[in-house]
Order: sequence, then structure tokens, then C-alpha cells
Amino acid sequence: MKKLAKVVASVIALTSTAVFSEYGLNMTKGVTSISRDIYDLHMMVFWVCVVIAVIVFGAMFYSVFAHRKSKGAVAAQFHESTKAEILWTLIPVVILIGMAIPATTTLIDLEDTSKAEMSIKVTGHQWKWQYDYPEEGISFMSNLAKSSKNSLRKDIKDKPENYLLEVDKHLVIPVDTSVRFLITSNDVIHNWWVPAFGVKQDANPGFINDAWAKADVIGTYRGQCAELCGKDHGFMPIVVDVVSKADYAIWVAKEQAAAAAAVASATKTWTTSELMTKGKDVYETNCAGCHKKDGSGMPPIFPAMIGSPIANGQASEHVNLVLHGKGGMPAFKMLGDADLASVITYERNGFGNTGSVVQPSDIKSAR
Amino acid sequence: MNEEEYYVPEGTYWPIIGSIGVSTLFVGFANQMHGVEWGASVMALGFAITVFMMFGWFGQVVNESTSGIYNKQVDRSFRWGMSWFIFSEVMFFAAFFGALFYARELSVPWLGGADNNIFTPDLWNSFSASWHQMAFMAPGSVTDTALQSGTVLSFPAVPASGIETATPAMVVNPWGLPALNTALLLASGVTLTYAHHALRAGNRNQIVGWLVATIALGAAFLGFQIMEYGHAYQDGLKLTSGIYGSTFYMLTGFHGFHVTVGVIMLTVILYRVQKGHFNADNHFGFEGVAWYWHFVDVVWLGLFIFVYWL
Amino acid sequence: MTTATASHDDHHHGPEKGLMRWVKTTNHKDIGTLYLWFAFSMLLIGGALAMGIRMELLQPGLQLMDPHFFNQLTTMHGLIMVFGAIMPAFVGLGNWLIPMMVGAPDMALPRMNNWSFWILPFAGGILLSTFFMEGGAPAFGWTFYAPLSTTFAPDSTDFFIFAVHLLGFSSIMGAINIIATVLNMRAPDMKLMDMPLFVWTWLITSFLLIGAMPVLAGAVTMMLTDRNFGTSFFDAAGGGDPVMFQHIFWFFGHPEVYIMILPAFGVVSHIIPTFARKPLFGYSSMVYATASIAFLSYIVWAHHMFLTGMPVAGELYFMYATMLIAVPTGVKVFNWISTMWRGSMTFETPMLWAISFVFLFTIGGFSGLMLGIAPADIQYHDTYFVVAHFHYVLVTGALWSIIAATFYWLPKWTGRMYNEGLAKVHFWWAVISVNVLFFPQHFLGLAGMPRRIPDYSLQFADFNMISSIGGFAFGASFILFTYIIVDCIRNGKPTTSRPWEGAKGLEWTLAPKADYHSFNKPPSRKLIEAESQHS
Ligand code: HEA
Ligand code: HEA
Ligand code: HEC
Ligand code: CUA
Ligand SMILES: [Cu+2]
Repeated sequence: MKKLAKVVASVIALTSTAVFSEYGLNMTKGVTSISRDIYDLHMMVFWVCVVIAVIVFGAMFYSVFAHRKSKGAVAAQFHESTKAEILWTLIPVVILIGMAIPATTTLIDLEDTSKAEMSIKVTGHQWKWQYDYPEEGISFMSNLAKSSKNSLRKDIKDKPENYLLEVDKHLVIPVDTSVRFLITSNDVIHNWWVPAFGVKQDANPGFINDAWAKADVIGTYRGQCAELCGKDHGFMPIVVDVVSKADYAIWVAKEQAAAAAAVASATKTWTTSELMTKGKDVYETNCAGCHKKDGSGMPPIFPAMIGSPIANGQASEHVNLVLHGKGGMPAFKMLGDADLASVITYERNGFGNTGSVVQPSDIKSAR
Repeated sequence: MNEEEYYVPEGTYWPIIGSIGVSTLFVGFANQMHGVEWGASVMALGFAITVFMMFGWFGQVVNESTSGIYNKQVDRSFRWGMSWFIFSEVMFFAAFFGALFYARELSVPWLGGADNNIFTPDLWNSFSASWHQMAFMAPGSVTDTALQSGTVLSFPAVPASGIETATPAMVVNPWGLPALNTALLLASGVTLTYAHHALRAGNRNQIVGWLVATIALGAAFLGFQIMEYGHAYQDGLKLTSGIYGSTFYMLTGFHGFHVTVGVIMLTVILYRVQKGHFNADNHFGFEGVAWYWHFVDVVWLGLFIFVYWL
Repeated sequence: MTTATASHDDHHHGPEKGLMRWVKTTNHKDIGTLYLWFAFSMLLIGGALAMGIRMELLQPGLQLMDPHFFNQLTTMHGLIMVFGAIMPAFVGLGNWLIPMMVGAPDMALPRMNNWSFWILPFAGGILLSTFFMEGGAPAFGWTFYAPLSTTFAPDSTDFFIFAVHLLGFSSIMGAINIIATVLNMRAPDMKLMDMPLFVWTWLITSFLLIGAMPVLAGAVTMMLTDRNFGTSFFDAAGGGDPVMFQHIFWFFGHPEVYIMILPAFGVVSHIIPTFARKPLFGYSSMVYATASIAFLSYIVWAHHMFLTGMPVAGELYFMYATMLIAVPTGVKVFNWISTMWRGSMTFETPMLWAISFVFLFTIGGFSGLMLGIAPADIQYHDTYFVVAHFHYVLVTGALWSIIAATFYWLPKWTGRMYNEGLAKVHFWWAVISVNVLFFPQHFLGLAGMPRRIPDYSLQFADFNMISSIGGFAFGASFILFTYIIVDCIRNGKPTTSRPWEGAKGLEWTLAPKADYHSFNKPPSRKLIEAESQHS
């Protein structure tokens, strides 16, 4: 009943323009010059179509009402008019040219990435995003947040805010800075889309595409992968924080410190339980998408971890496979030594497996 | 039969047999590729059924044709049918030629950083592009340079065996076997035309002579093609040698397959000539095969120019 | 002139008895009937999959299925609808109508005609059987982009590849047959510019099929070798390019969507003049417009690929070329409206479907034009805006015309009349529910909902629920549709040979239920002129 009420409410909402924006009826204007240009183009073409529609359908419905047999209409017999035909060929051509001109300028503008002040490399993985700041030496993965993952099957009212639109680590960029995104993929084609930036670009494996954005409003902006990339295509969102330049500098410093700490921790020897605890975490963020949380996998595409010959066999093979990938199994070189050691240990000793323990130093030497 | 009548055949079993044949063939093939034991035998069965269907169906058409129940209209229908069938074949080859042009003019240069792909070579250890190379990226050889991102991409699809680094710009010298093969095929087009003239003139011995010559030229072509494959393989150019190998073998391979079919069809025509199936103004079977042969010829010219020469 | 058969002269006057009649038949009406029933069953299966999609999307959250299965549903829904339902339905209509419309006894190559059909159930069977294989049915979208469909797809994909080969083979043979029939079996006194528009549109569609389907065969063949024999067409590691797959696919795929709409234009160009009791306006410009659309359809394919990283010059070219298609399509719309203008209209069921076709297809065309604006496509691409666009042109375009054609020619096929009252109820039910189903998807897309996702964030909940409810209502309308058709075949009142007052065309000169072989004697010039669309 409540649902029904909701449906009725939204039907009513449809009829009143005031709530349109609230219900997200139209394209976002966004926070970059490009996204605003796109919005204007969209509205311009839309209104042109509406006007044409009113004229065309107006004529049609007038005819339907006025020229019906039941009203005694007698059919005329004309069936040609060269004048009319030329007219309704030429007028659309003129209209189309009118649309093409602004479209061309916008397109050329958004393809020109030469003004970039900084670059970020965006790499799609099944099913998460990797962000690299080459100059700053920052690199991290961004996964669907646990809050969303854990509530997939929950009732709608128990779902968290930003359900499916939250990640465990946001991308951070400075405001009023022209950022070039270098977009690529590690496996299949993904598409990096942040509507508020007017940026949507395919991530093609083996090639690098670029796009740029200069956000002028501080805030958090959300997007999603927009190219079917396999099972969890619907579950690889994008969250970008646009922050002030000062905050950005603070963030960079923090990230760099954390990276240094991670390198340091990789040199020490970890206890098995430390490895297992961290491993579970890494596993659930990075591997459970394919091999399932309980390690049952989805044979035949994604093998089970339970009783896996690799997980129970030579450690070096296991390390090699996770580092370099094989077939549909992606390479996980981008994870840190400690992360890899712990997840491999977790796989080798969880799920009833009886493999050996792997230390970060083993990973380091195997790289 | 009266010229004024429409020809409408009665019901037939051949199509359903054909459907069963080709589906069995494909199902067997798919299973065979996935290592299922019975795959190959099912595939063979499907092939046998398909061949049986072709014999039966064509045989029936030949019988009807020789017993004179067809008229000019039926003949024209066959002609329309055959010409548009050949056009569909042209489009099939066009897909592969398209792939060749695309890879050669666009994707390989892009991988080397052309156009708006300036950053792309950094994914590939600053790869520099050249068309005639036989292998591309080695696994693990990739280091990021300009990006210094500390991460490395590797592609699961790279064969783990590594890489042959030869750049055999001239593995296949166009002016050796390929040129010879061009000459052979062009000559076969000429001999076939002579056969056609002989057919029009009603000279059976001459037809047979020219046809045999055509078949021999076709067979010689195939022989040299196989020899050339042998050389190429020895020099390391394989189906798996990157896009150059892929386009090379798929284009020449499909062409070779069509030549084989053409040779078989010509042999059937030779047999039918000897049976006296054709006369000076009623020989669509012959002409259909001749069109097909010329089409195969023209495809070869395209291959010679774009695959071997340029 | 009389008709002769190969040997048994008695066979051609009527069909054989029993099941074997359908297996062996070389008769265009039998084969047309087979095609239509096949297409209809596929429509139900594809529709049932769509119901599954809408069920899962009724609410946010994963309710019914895991995401991998959802992707299988989406993919197979698209494939079955396109290759199993819409295309065969048009071939069925072509088979039934073209020989009657050009004054021929049958198709030009009747045995091959049988094969064109009888490959389909096998191809469809192979395709559907993938649902039961390890790894499941294709789950990479009906567009099967590499490398998701090559390196990352299960073994069942090879069965899918062969199914596509077979489907393509069937379509090519069907197209060849139609070309040969139109060009060679046409009544000697019928000039090309006397041909009814359905024949024209099908002739032109045949050229699209012959040009496009082999390219698809090439694409899946490259997939096959990339998957199994180590080639690297679509693999950058070997110098290929995944985007190359998209170019080859869309070189087929774009003409393919016009393959599904040109015959629909033909159908509507018959129905509107009939019920407006007025000759078709601008017959020759209709023919030229159809040809221009077909030509343009070969040179606009990359408008599906604006975001793949094409060079700007390419994007600009494909944008301009795409926008151009609005011109000839507009000519058609304007001609239909001018045909209605100052006619004497009545609104029997076929006319209702035809008018709503003009209205709803044009809406789909407008959203297509919006998609064609390359910079704007950045925000539209791969969202529900695209889904809304193509369902407006495919469901309320192609499918609409097929339903319209069914009601319009059903009396000729069966010699009986359907229940007009029920049919009108069905129409209003369908036309309202289909808009509840697809119109909100425009809003979803603009607000940012990507397509091909099994679950979505909360702001999309309301419109998805509306859309799903519309979907169930629309799905249910097919139960009534089935009833109306079966009821007509079984219990319909016998009709006259020309049940529609304003109908013109050679088919209406035949017996109320057309004879087994349409024209044993070519129609006379006088008859052809009297029945032509431009007099
Ligand atoms: C029957 C099928 C059909 C038809 C007829 C069309 C017609 C058109 N389509 Fe559509 N399209 C599809 C089926 C179809 N499409 C499908 C299936 C997809 C998705 C594929 C996938 O990814 O799965 C798609 C996707 C698609 C895209 C890609 C979107 C994306 O993925 O980002 C684009 C982009 O340009 C596009 C454009 C057009 C255009 C410009 C037309 C034009 O032909 C429309 C022309 C008609 C009109 C414009 C209306 C009438 C004209 C007038 C009244 C005259 C006056 C008008 C003006 C001057 C404006 N279509
Ligand atoms: C060609 C024609 C065609 C037709 C007719 C339809 C008809 C419908 N389509 Fe679809 N659709 C496509 C072509 C078509 N579609 C394509 C090409 C795609 C893209 C696929 C891809 O992304 O790869 C797509 C994708 C697509 C999506 C997007 C999926 C996604 O992106 O995840 C959705 C979602 O709502 C949808 C819904 C529907 C619905 C509700 C109908 C309704 O009109 C269906 C009407 C219902 C019926 C006809 C069923 C009636 C029968 C019964 C109720 C009884 C059945 C029971 C048994 C047989 C046991 N379709
Ligand atoms: C995109 C899906 C995907 C993700 C994510 C993934 N894997 Fe895999 N994994 C695969 C596939 C596919 C295979 C099978 C590879 C093959 O044999 O061809 C596999 C195989 C394996 C194997 C070998 C199993 C066996 O018995 O053969 C191990 C071990 C493994 N993965 C570990 C991991 C670890 C550790 C992670 C996370 C850090 C991970 N996987 C994440 C897809 C994935
Ligand atoms: Cu990544 Cu979709
Ligand atoms: Cu298109």
C-alpha cells in the first residue's frame, strides 16, 4: 500500500514542474564549463524538438479530429506537391545546421586537453577503480563501500545513504584546477563517468584516453562505471571530492606519509594472525567479487578458493598468479606488499585450506 | 517446358537435412574446441550430413535442369541469387580487409603514440610501432616511464611463452611466391574465359581442355600457398604473431578456402560438361561457378596489393 | 499462363497434409506463417526475459537474481528480440505479402526459402541452450564488446558465435530471395515505380541485409579465432584494438536498426492511405527517402562510439552524418501526415496502431537526434535515456508496425475477421501501458541511471517502479493479443476479399483467404494501375 502511495505521489510529481528537479528529471548542470555547455546544448535541442513536435503532431491530431469520415469528411485526392516537399526538406536542414554549430564548438573544446595543470591516471579493474597521481606518487584503489555491499539484499528503508554511490576511498582534486584524466583499463572496457564534470570516457585496455575537468564548486560528486564490464558492472561507483587548494595540499601530504608507512611495514615480519585479519579485509574488498566471500567462487569462470590446488600448493606459484594474473584473473601488482602477503596467506589458510604463510618480504622478492 | 509458365517446385526435405547438418557440424566444432571427446566425431558427422545434403540438393536441381522443366525466369532467379550471394561474400572479406586497414593505419600507430594517444606507449614500455612486426608486447616488460605511477599494467592475454623479436619486414617477399600465385590465378581466369567461349561455340574437347587447365592452375596456386605458409611458419610468422599474423593468415586463409571450394566446383562442372549437361545457351551452372572463380581472383588481387605488397 | 510443378501437378493446388507439410513446404504463405509463429514465440520468450529484468528493477536491492544472471537476461532479451522476434517477423510479412503485392505465384527461390526459415529454430535452439551451459548464457550485452566477450567470457560463447553465424546465413538467404522475387517474379507489366511501398522498403532492406550481415559474420569469426586460435584482432597486446571490434560491430549494427524499421515504414505507408481513403502522399519521395536512409545508415555507425576516444575529426563527421538522417525520416513523417490531411478517416484497429506509430516513433526519432549530438551524448551514452530511445523506435516503431500489419492483413491470411471491439481494448491497453513503461526511462537516464545494471541507487526508485508496473501491464496485453488472434483464426466471421473500404493493392484482388499460390496468371496492366499507390 505504501508503495502504491509512493507511485501515485510520483505520478502527481510528474505533473508539477516545481518538483521536477527534486526527483531528478533532467540532466545535471554540473560544475564545469563543459558540463554546462552540454546542458545548454541538451536543452536547446530538446526545445527545438518540442517545437517541431507541437507543429507536426498538432497537424496530425487536427487532421484526425477534423477529417474523419464520421464527421462527413470527403477525401481529397491530392497526392503530390513538389513545393511542399522541397520546403520540408530544406527547413529541417537549416534547423540541423543551427544545432550543429554550437555542438561543434563544444565538442572541440572538450576534446582539447592541452590546458591541463595536473594529470591523474584512472585505471578500470573488474570491478573497482585505481587512481594514480604520477607527480605526487600517490596510488590507491577505490572500491564500492562496505555499507552498500552489506545492504544489497536489505529492504529499501534499511539501505544506507548514497546506496551504491559510495566508495571506500574518494578521489580528491583541487577546485579551479584543470585536471587531465588519463583513462585506461586493466581488463575489459570500463567507462569513467562523473556527470557533474561532463566527463564520460571509455577505459580501453591497452590504450590511454584522456578527458579534462575544471570543477569550480567545492563538493562531493558521484558517478558510475558506464560500460558493461561483467558481473559487477553496476557496483563500481566513482566518488570525487573537489576541495580547496589548501585542503588538497594537506591531503597530498597525508597520503604521501601513509604510503611511506606502508613501505616501512612491508619490511617487518608479520604474525600469522595479523596477516589473517588484514588478509580477510583485503580479500573481501578485492577478491570476493569473483571468488565470493566464502571462497566458493563461481565455477567454471571463477574458481573456488576452497580446496584450490594453487592455494594449497607452492607459495611461489600462488604469489606469481596473484601478482601477474592469468586468463580472467587480473594482475594485482598495484596492491602493496603487505596487502598481497596478507591476502595470499588468508587464502592459503582460510576456507579450510592448509597452505603456507607468506610474508611481505616474499612478495617484494617475487615482484 | 512452356516459356509462359511459372515454375514452382514441390516440397523438399533437403533444407531440413541441411539445417541438421550444419547445426551438428557447429555443435561438434564448439565441443571439440573445448576439449570434449566426442566433439570431433560429431563434427565429422555434421560435415557428412552437410555434404550429403549438397549432393542431394544440387543433384535434384541438376536433374530438373537437364530434364528441361526450368524456363528463362528460373534461370534469371538463379542468376540474381548467385550474384547477390557473391556480393555477400565480398562483404565478408570486406570485414577482414577493414580489420587490416584499421589495425595498420590506426591501432598500431596509436599504440606507438600517434594522434591523441601520446600516452599510450607508456603502457607498453615505450613501445614503438611498426606494422610488419610479428609479436608485440612481452609480459612484464612494461614499465611506466613518463607516468612514473609506480604501477604496471600487464595483459592477461599475452601468451606467457614470451616473444619473438624478429621484425621480418620482408618475411614474405611479395615478388616471390605471391607474385607467381598472382600470375597463376590471373591465368586461370583467362583459361576459364576460354572454356566459356568454347562452351558457347559448342566445342566439348576444347571446354574440357581449358577447364582442366583452370583446375590445374587453381590447384597449383593452392600448392604454392601451402608452401608459402610453411616458409612463413619457419620464419616465425604464425597465426598467433600479433595482428600482422592474424590478418595475414585469416585473409589468405579464407581466400585459400574459397579457392579450394572453387576448385571443387570446377571439378564438378568438368564432370557435368562431360555428361553433356550444358549447351551453348543454357549453362547457368557453368557461369555461376565462373563468376565465383572471378570473384576469388579479384579478392586475391586485393590481397596481393594490401597484404603482400604495400 | 499456368503454374507447373516439377512432377506431380496435383500438389501445387493445395498444401500437403500433416506435419510434414510444414517441414517440406516451399510455399511462400506456409513459410510466412512459420516465420510469423516463430517470431511470435520468440517475442514471448524475449518478453518473458524482459519481465524478469523489470521484476528485478522493481525496487532497489538485489531481490531475485545474482548480477551475472541479470546480465544474461539483458543480453538474451536484446538478442532474442532483435534476431528472433523483429527480424523474422518482417521476413514472415515479406514472405506472405511480397508475392501477392507484385503479382507473382510464389517466391523466386522457394526451396532456399524453406531453408532460410528452417535454420532459424536450430539457431534459436543453440542460442537458448546456452542458458543451461556452464558459465551461463551470453552476459556481455547484445553488442558483445570485446574483450568481455573474448578473453573474459565462458565457453558457451562459442555456441553463441555459431548461432549468430546461422542467423546471419538465414537472413542473407532470405534477403537474396526477396531481391530475386521483386526483380524477377514481378508481374511483367509492373514497373519499379508501380511497386507498393512495402515491396520497395523490403527491397531496400534486403540490400542492407546483404551488406551488413556478412560483416557481422566476419566480426564473430574474428571473435572465434581470438578466443580459440590465438589471433589478436581485439587485443592491444598483439597490436589489435578492442575498439576495432566496435567499429566492425556497428558497421553491421547501425544498418541493422534500419533493417528493423524500413519495412515498418512500408507497412504504415499502406495502412494510412487505406483508412484515410486517400492516395499516399509523395509516393516517389517516399521511395527516395527510404533509399537515402539506407545509404546514410552505412556511414553513421560510429555514433554509438562517441566515447571510445575517436579523434575529434571522426566524431564531428559521424555527428553530422547522423543528424542528416533526420531529413529523409522527416520527409516520411510529413508525407504520412499529408496523407491523412483532408482525408476521410476512420479508425479501425490497424489505423490506430499506425497513427500511434507515427506519434511514438517520431518521439523515438527525436531522442535519437539528441543522442546524435556528440557532446550531449557524453551525458546520455549508456544510460536509460538510450534504452528509452531504442524502445520507442523498436517497440512502438518496429513491433507496433508488425502488430498493425497483423490486424490489417489478418483477414487476407485467414479469410476471417477479428473481433474489432476487443482489438480496440487491446490497443488502448497497450498504448497506455507502453508509455508508462518506457517514458519514465527518459528521466531515469537524464538523472544518471546507467543501463545494464541489476541494482540502482535510491533516487531512481520511483521511476523504476512506475516503469516496471507499466511493463507488467504491457506484458499482460499480449495475453489478450494472443486471444484475439487465435479467436479470429478459429471463430472469426468470414470476410470479403477487400474487407477495408479504402484498401488498394493487388493482394485485395485475391480471394478473401488468398489462394495457396497467389497469382497463377500475372495481373494485367489495367489492374496494376488501378491498384497502385500513386493513383
Ligand atoms: C528501429 C531502430 C532504430 C531507429 C529507427 C533509430 C533511429 C535513430 N537513432 Fe538510434 N538506436 C537504436 C535503434 C534505432 N535508432 C538502438 C537499438 C540503439 C542502441 C544500441 C545499443 O547500444 O544497444 C540506438 C542508439 C542510438 C545512438 C547511440 C546512443 C549511445 O549509445 O550513446 C544514437 C546516437 O546518435 C542514435 C541515433 C539515432 C538517430 C539520429 C536516429 C534517426 O534515424 C531518427 C530520425 C527521426 C527523427 C528525427 C524524427 C522524425 C523527423 C522529423 C519530424 C523531421 C524534423 C526533425 C528535425 C529537423 C529534428 N541511436
Ligand atoms: C527489438 C525489440 C525489443 C523489444 C520488443 C523489447 C521489449 C521490451 N524491452 Fe527491451 N531491449 C532491446 C530490444 C527490445 N526490447 C534491446 C536490443 C535491449 C538492449 C540489450 C542490451 O543491453 O544488450 C533491450 C534492453 C531492455 C532493458 C534494459 C536492460 C538493461 O539495460 O539492463 C529493459 C529494461 O527495462 C527492457 C525492457 C523491455 C520490456 C519491458 C519490453 C516489453 O515490450 C516486452 C513486452 C512483453 C512481452 C512481449 C511478454 C508477453 C508474454 C507474457 C507475459 C507471457 C510470457 C510467458 C511465457 C512465454 C512462459 N529492454
Ligand atoms: C575479475 C575477477 C577476479 C578477481 C577480482 C580475482 N580473481 Fe582470482 N581468479 C579469477 C579467475 C578468472 C581465475 C582463473 C584463472 C585461470 O585459471 O585461467 C582466478 C584464479 C585465482 C587463483 C587460482 C585458483 C585455482 O585453483 O586455479 C587464485 C589463488 C586467485 N585467483 C586469487 C585471487 C586473489 C588473491 C584475488 C584478490 C586479490 C583475486 N583472485 C581476485 C578471477 C578473479
Ligand atoms: Cu566497469 Cu562497468
Ligand atoms: Cu545507430
